[in-house]
Amino acid sequence: MAPSSRITLAKGLNAGLRAAMEKDPKVVIMGEDVGKLGGVFRITDGLQKDFGEDRVIDSPLAESGILGTAVGLAMRGYRPVCEIQFDGFVYPAYDQIVSQVAKIHFRSQGKIKMPIVIRIPFGGGIGAVEHHSESPEAQFAHTPGLKVVACSNPVDGYHMIQQAIACDDPVVFLEPKRQYHADKAELDESATPEPLFTSRVVREGSDLTLLAYGPMVKTALASAEAAAGEGKSIEVIDLRTLSPLDMEPVLASVRKTGRAVVTHEAHVNLGMGSEVAARITEECFYHLEAPVLRVGGFDTPYPPSRIEEEWLPDLDRVLDAVDRSLAY
Amino acid sequence: MNKSMSDFGPDLGEVFGPSHADGGPELVQLLTPEGERIEHPEFSFDAGEGVDEGELIRGFYRDMVLTRRIDTEATALQRHGELGIWAQLLGQEAAQIGSGRALAKQDFVFPTYREHGVAYCRDIDPLRLLGLFRGVDQGGWDPNDGNFGLYTIVIGAQTLHAVGYAMGMQRDGIVGTGDPDRDGAVVAYFGDGASSQGDVNEAFIFAASYNAPVVFFCQNNQWAISEPIERQSRIPLYQRALGFGFPGVRVDGNDVLACYAVTQAALKRAHEGSGPTLVEAYTYRMGAHTTTDDPTRYRLSSDVEHWKLKDPIARVKVYLTRNGLVDQDFFDSLDDEAEKLGEHLREGCKALPEPNPLSVFDNVYVEQTPELAAQKAGFQAYLESFEMAGGH
Repeated sequence: MAPSSRITLAKGLNAGLRAAMEKDPKVVIMGEDVGKLGGVFRITDGLQKDFGEDRVIDSPLAESGILGTAVGLAMRGYRPVCEIQFDGFVYPAYDQIVSQVAKIHFRSQGKIKMPIVIRIPFGGGIGAVEHHSESPEAQFAHTPGLKVVACSNPVDGYHMIQQAIACDDPVVFLEPKRQYHADKAELDESATPEPLFTSRVVREGSDLTLLAYGPMVKTALASAEAAAGEGKSIEVIDLRTLSPLDMEPVLASVRKTGRAVVTHEAHVNLGMGSEVAARITEECFYHLEAPVLRVGGFDTPYPPSRIEEEWLPDLDRVLDAVDRSLAY
Repeated sequence: MNKSMSDFGPDLGEVFGPSHADGGPELVQLLTPEGERIEHPEFSFDAGEGVDEGELIRGFYRDMVLTRRIDTEATALQRHGELGIWAQLLGQEAAQIGSGRALAKQDFVFPTYREHGVAYCRDIDPLRLLGLFRGVDQGGWDPNDGNFGLYTIVIGAQTLHAVGYAMGMQRDGIVGTGDPDRDGAVVAYFGDGASSQGDVNEAFIFAASYNAPVVFFCQNNQWAISEPIERQSRIPLYQRALGFGFPGVRVDGNDVLACYAVTQAALKRAHEGSGPTLVEAYTYRMGAHTTTDDPTRYRLSSDVEHWKLKDPIARVKVYLTRNGLVDQDFFDSLDDEAEKLGEHLREGCKALPEPNPLSVFDNVYVEQTPELAAQKAGFQAYLESFEMAGGH
């Protein structure tokens, strides 16, 4: 690839994985269909051809097996990057992730590291059948020992996947699948990325702070643009890291705007927005002009795809919350 | 609804029950419960080149006696309130010492929480085993010293770790080199209860698929807490291997010579690059599941009495004595050694350092998060506020 080019998120992740594998021979990719097929979303396209079957491993169709064997490979000094084919298929591996991957460093009093990356395409809006559109991030952010990040764009995808692989702690790496082959962005591979576990102001504003990550960043930016047409100045922050949360840019923003709305596709109840709202309230109580509002999926299972656009938070529902906050 | 087991086929009691408590005709046995050496067409006990056979068997006897002492002492420590709980291995000494002594130095072990005898074979100070059960740590040894993983409490989870570790050995180029000092393999320990877990079955599939150098060593001690083996399997466990595409062997788990020979053969296959083997060590949990368990609620004392006649240690003692391979000095000095070991455990257990409450924050991550650092600082300030107030 040329040093500078316009790429999709799928290409950004692919290039990032390639760069990580070139840099460190201990990096191995494992998952279902990641080899010849290049993954169902083609994120690992061409990697098995170039790095061989020992480093890009087509696994049996067993998610617990993928994560469980990744633990053993990590103990042997490897850095496994596990692809979970769809968000709703991570649960068979849940025990290995929560009881083993997350706890082995702690259990061993720091003697064993678990540098495992668990890549999960997440979120909906692709017209899929059940189990293919979920947002399980809060379940992993609630698990001590894991770190959880979500990329929202091709440039972050390229850099963040490499940073996650270089991280000595296990990282759940969430990829907004609806963005894989959508918007392109200019990638300068030589640019120095920000640290992995940082959030970022992606649009400045003064009236309200709008917080999003993954697929909702695009919606948040569109909402801010629409609100600007009505004379409302909205600051948008891409949280990027969900565990740990990087609250300093958020708190600084809310101290300035006095209002905050958090949005994600995941269910609102006990979702990331609940934690973010609690922390804003604890740290910025006297700066707040309105309660922190949350906009997300309803507390139901993910719906049949014909009604998913109504179920998912969209520009109008975000703006509705913005209006309610500003009306306080 | 309430069909009896026999409605589904042959009476499983005939396969597993007391009438077949010898393990059936397929059982590999090289030393009978009466202390007689017997031949098996496929497996033989080979001390190895330049090794005195009597010396090796005396060593096994010593290992088993000391392992039983570890178990007895730890059980007593639990009764005295020094341990919260203890998982007993009484009756499984031969399975653990036979397999543990068959390991090469470079092999790696993934244990359950009952592998005290294998830990002993890997030179883990038995005192280190007590930390988990006393509640001062969750695994007090370095897995890379002695190539012995931490005790894993979620049943069967470690079998997948074992396969992954073996896949790493393949990638490191230390399988099938022909150099016995270099070729590595992994032994995954688990029990009859774990054989029902998805993880164990997935481990079989992954190991078979990648031809990973793993020995699946199942100690079928007949009981998963209160559930008998009939609840876990309709066929002898070793036969399951065939369905996954690798060989399975049932060995007399109370016969240390057979366990050694069969594990050695399975390791040889793994070292050579011929893939996984399932070894079912057919044994019996003479004690309770743990010190919290009461087996009188679910099994007959006559079963236990029956298995007492197959004691793994007694038969070796008979063999050694009858063949003039030991004298009274051997037993006397072993008694002394066991006494010293007991004292080491009793004294050492009470002296295990109490963890500092603030240490809980330290190894959650390799790189501690700012959030956790702040929580630690807050908790520290909170604790210190009591000290400044004169202590509570």
